[in-house]
Amino acid sequence: MLNTFVVYVENKPGVLTRVASLFRRRAFNIDSLTVGRTEKPEVSRMTITVDADRDQARRIEAHLYKLVNVLLVENITTQAAIVRDLAMIKVAATHEARSHVLELAGVFRARVVDVAPESLIIEITGDEDKIDGLLEVLRPYGVLEMVRTGIVAMRRGGKTSSVASSANSLTQDAADDDVQQSV
Amino acid sequence: MTKTGAQILWECLEREGVTHVFGYPGGAILPAYDALKHSKIHHVLVRHEQGAAHMADGYARASGQVGVAVATSGPGATNLVTGIATAMLDSSPIVCITGQVGSRLIGSDAFQETDITGITLPITKHNYLVTHVQELARTLREAFFVARSGRPGPVLVDITKDAQQSSCEFDWEEAKPQLPGYRPDLSPAPKEYEQALELIHNARRPVILLGHGAIVSGAMHEVLTLVERSRIPVALTLLGLGALPASHPLSLGMMGMHGEAWVNRTIQEADLLIALGMRFDDRVTGNLKTYAPNAKKIHVEIDPAEINKNVKVDVALVGDLRHVLLEMLPRIEAVDRSEWLTFIDQLKGDSAVRDIQNLPDSGHLYAAHVINDLWRETRGSDTTVVTDVGQHQMWEAQYYKHEAARSLITSGGLGTMGFALPAAIGAKVARPESEVWVVVGDGGFQMTMAELATVVQEKLKINIAVINNGYLGMVRQWQEFFYDRNYQATPLLNPDFARLASAYGIQSMTVTRREEVVPSVQSARQSTGAVLIDFKVEQEDTVYPMVAAGAALHEMIRRPSPIVETAED
Repeated sequence: MLNTFVVYVENKPGVLTRVASLFRRRAFNIDSLTVGRTEKPEVSRMTITVDADRDQARRIEAHLYKLVNVLLVENITTQAAIVRDLAMIKVAATHEARSHVLELAGVFRARVVDVAPESLIIEITGDEDKIDGLLEVLRPYGVLEMVRTGIVAMRRGGKTSSVASSANSLTQDAADDDVQQSV
Repeated sequence: MTKTGAQILWECLEREGVTHVFGYPGGAILPAYDALKHSKIHHVLVRHEQGAAHMADGYARASGQVGVAVATSGPGATNLVTGIATAMLDSSPIVCITGQVGSRLIGSDAFQETDITGITLPITKHNYLVTHVQELARTLREAFFVARSGRPGPVLVDITKDAQQSSCEFDWEEAKPQLPGYRPDLSPAPKEYEQALELIHNARRPVILLGHGAIVSGAMHEVLTLVERSRIPVALTLLGLGALPASHPLSLGMMGMHGEAWVNRTIQEADLLIALGMRFDDRVTGNLKTYAPNAKKIHVEIDPAEINKNVKVDVALVGDLRHVLLEMLPRIEAVDRSEWLTFIDQLKGDSAVRDIQNLPDSGHLYAAHVINDLWRETRGSDTTVVTDVGQHQMWEAQYYKHEAARSLITSGGLGTMGFALPAAIGAKVARPESEVWVVVGDGGFQMTMAELATVVQEKLKINIAVINNGYLGMVRQWQEFFYDRNYQATPLLNPDFARLASAYGIQSMTVTRREEVVPSVQSARQSTGAVLIDFKVEQEDTVYPMVAAGAALHEMIRRPSPIVETAED
């Protein structure tokens, strides 16, 4: 099954390589990986989706924690979370097809961000299924080019997964959870 | 006080307790070498950087302290790689210092530039590239802390030439490690202790599987107390040998591929495995589908990533073994295990009779005889045996009875041929009071024998026993069993090792008959300088018993009875 990990790492050179190399070395296939800044300049946040069973997911978590630059790992697969992917789709849109394409974009609450004589660029945000759905209906018109960001995720509700004031204590707590779950 | 990066390097090493480093100079590390003359640290000049990494590793395994290797950029750094991977697989704490081209040249394919942090990323516990002198002190402190804490391992610090040359204010106290994500010291939850204790007290046929973690954690005394109080027999991994004295009545000996048959059968018959500081390597489990099928499993292990990796366990206690045992010991109850122990005794059956040691002297020299005689001669003294990899390594594990932790140093996980001689140099430097014996095959010896010059230059008293069968023996054995005796690329044409040693100024002997073994060992021990003995042993001898790769642990290829093998050819 597809697992979604939220990983906080120190914002230092080479950390992305360390994380990516870990998955390669342990023969896990990354489905999607995004990385970006957080509310703290010294911390970056990754969202990683990986195809893994329960045991594999636990070991991925444990291996991530072994990387010295990793601050916090959360497997949010089974938790209520907002998951978003962003895509830009350049679709062929001749004069006669254009209104149909615009209508479809409207149904998916996508936005048209560029208009050219023979094509449109449609921007859509949502979970992966929604984007796949739009893509499916646009395909007959001719998808010329597409780019997707990969997913970012955040848990719902008041509980935060921030490595706030005391990274040490938070990671230690998370580690204890991890150990208890691993049995 | 203002210091150059080179000065800061040596001062930080001294403050970390380093007294010896093993290294080889070159362009990008020259500023560091230039500053060495003002340091109290003794530099051992190696003949190849692989030797430096193995020496640092041997130093660490003999002493428990961090070993340090130094090399230049490019080929100097890449030559360390095998030694670093060896240390990684066997959780040995070493710090490798490499020079790097100037920071403005990085990425330009400058002379002797290589991306050594990229290359060593998967074989180090952590690594660093230092491009500014201001980062150097803190980085070195972090490197030593990471190397020695938690599950130990190798750390590499790559320092650009300009970072060695430029200066900054040096303040040791200010340069504290900043490792917010690093968590080396986990401990189990109370309910996990309770579950483990319940399993232990209810077990009728328990076995302890004792590994390297017992030695790394310094838990030998706690293990002994546990064993004696609970009366649970102990099987050991190769790297665990010595963690419980071999002479202890509850010590069964080595398990796994070349463990004794009764040890493996005991594990297969058990109803509880208590794994202490070991990682269920494929060399100890055999086929996982048939491994200890009726046993519950408790795993005490410092590295959470090892839990449920190879073998699913019922209770995992993640933490330092010694701390976990200290917590458990007051709650361990004495249980009568006589029925189970009698059963194990019966499993031994005729194994002792089949032992090669019971063969009459046929005039042929067997490696097992050499190693057993070496053990008899050195028993009771502080002796460190450093082995290479192959048949001689397994015979050593079978026929040399290790009574103390750190008395055997061997490459387990990576199985690195060429390890023995340089690792022994490191061990001797770390513990000059210990009598150091290298037990090495003729194949592996030739991989790193250039370090004989290091032995001489450092005036080290090391005894070298070359177990010379004219083959890459373990590969030949696999060809014999699994490749229809097709001995491709395994026969060796060797130099005269005794004359080779003489050329280095090392005293040497050649031994071909069993009755010469003991006198040669005695002579080597009495000599004040290094000695090499070339033991010309039976060429097509085989390590028994053996679990073939992928076979169940109890399906062993046993010793032929009576053993005739090639002896009567």
